[in-house]
Amino acid sequence: MTWRVHVRILPRAGLLDPQGQAVEHALAALRFPDASNVHVGKAIALDVAASSAEEAASRVRTMCERLLANPVTEEFEIAVQPGEAT
Amino acid sequence: MRVAVVRFPGSNCEPEACRAVERAGGSAHYVWYRDATLDGSDAVILPGGFSYGDYLRSGAIARFSPIMEAIRRHAAEGGPVLGICNGFQILCEAGLLPGALVRNAGLKYLSRPVDVRVVRTETPFTSAYHPDELIRIPIGHGDGRYVAPEPVLEELEANGQVVLRYAETPADVPANPNGSLRAIAGVCNPAGNVVGMMPHPERLADPALGSDAGHRVFVSLLETGIAAKR
Repeated sequence: MTWRVHVRILPRAGLLDPQGQAVEHALAALRFPDASNVHVGKAIALDVAASSAEEAASRVRTMCERLLANPVTEEFEIAVQPGEAT
Repeated sequence: MRVAVVRFPGSNCEPEACRAVERAGGSAHYVWYRDATLDGSDAVILPGGFSYGDYLRSGAIARFSPIMEAIRRHAAEGGPVLGICNGFQILCEAGLLPGALVRNAGLKYLSRPVDVRVVRTETPFTSAYHPDELIRIPIGHGDGRYVAPEPVLEELEANGQVVLRYAETPADVPANPNGSLRAIAGVCNPAGNVVGMMPHPERLADPALGSDAGHRVFVSLLETGIAAKR
């Protein structure tokens, strides 16, 4: 079975995030003072063949640890959905 | 001494690295990133550049190149390894050096001279400098902000693994241009044989350029090689 997996990667909390700060300043300049704590990361979407959602999540966690994220600087979250991308 | 200079897709300054080695009295040759061996080289240099277009993260994909296994073995046997700029990023991604290099605090790509202090001279790439010597060499990077967890930074300081630090300087060149933690510009592994630095010594290793402040990085390597053969 194929699973659609989304990985959300953000800078590790506490690490200076100059991109997030720049976007926050831009939002403030556009009169969105209600926006705060802005962080910029990246999203990776992939199809994974696995027998269960848990197995798919576990495989992608290993992929994150080996390649997709750098544990020194980044945190990641994994979301698994059934089926391929439309 | 035979020095291997690795070519990844997107490397740059590798001819400068070869020339700098030769000016210091060694012989240099290229190895291809898909090669499986260093061909009996005594030392290896990972040059600067933008391997794999810096996709995902700088150095993240290059670290899985076939040549990296040979470099890992060479490093484990105590062989000298120098990563310059992108080479430093690759060595961090590969886990051969601690920490990581992320986007400059000011978000701008920086290409200019910086003043750095040679904090540790007990490495194969800094032994020809005086302790605490101040040198002015170029940087050229967008992802040069050195970061590591606080306990790792403490360990680096305690073990003397900080090799270069951005220095307080005259007003024309700001200190710590990229926001690196503890102004770190270069580190080494605990044994000291694997060194990474963001500045480019190979770009300023010939007096024809007005300064050869980076020359002694390569002199250090050659002298280390001669000492090892005694």
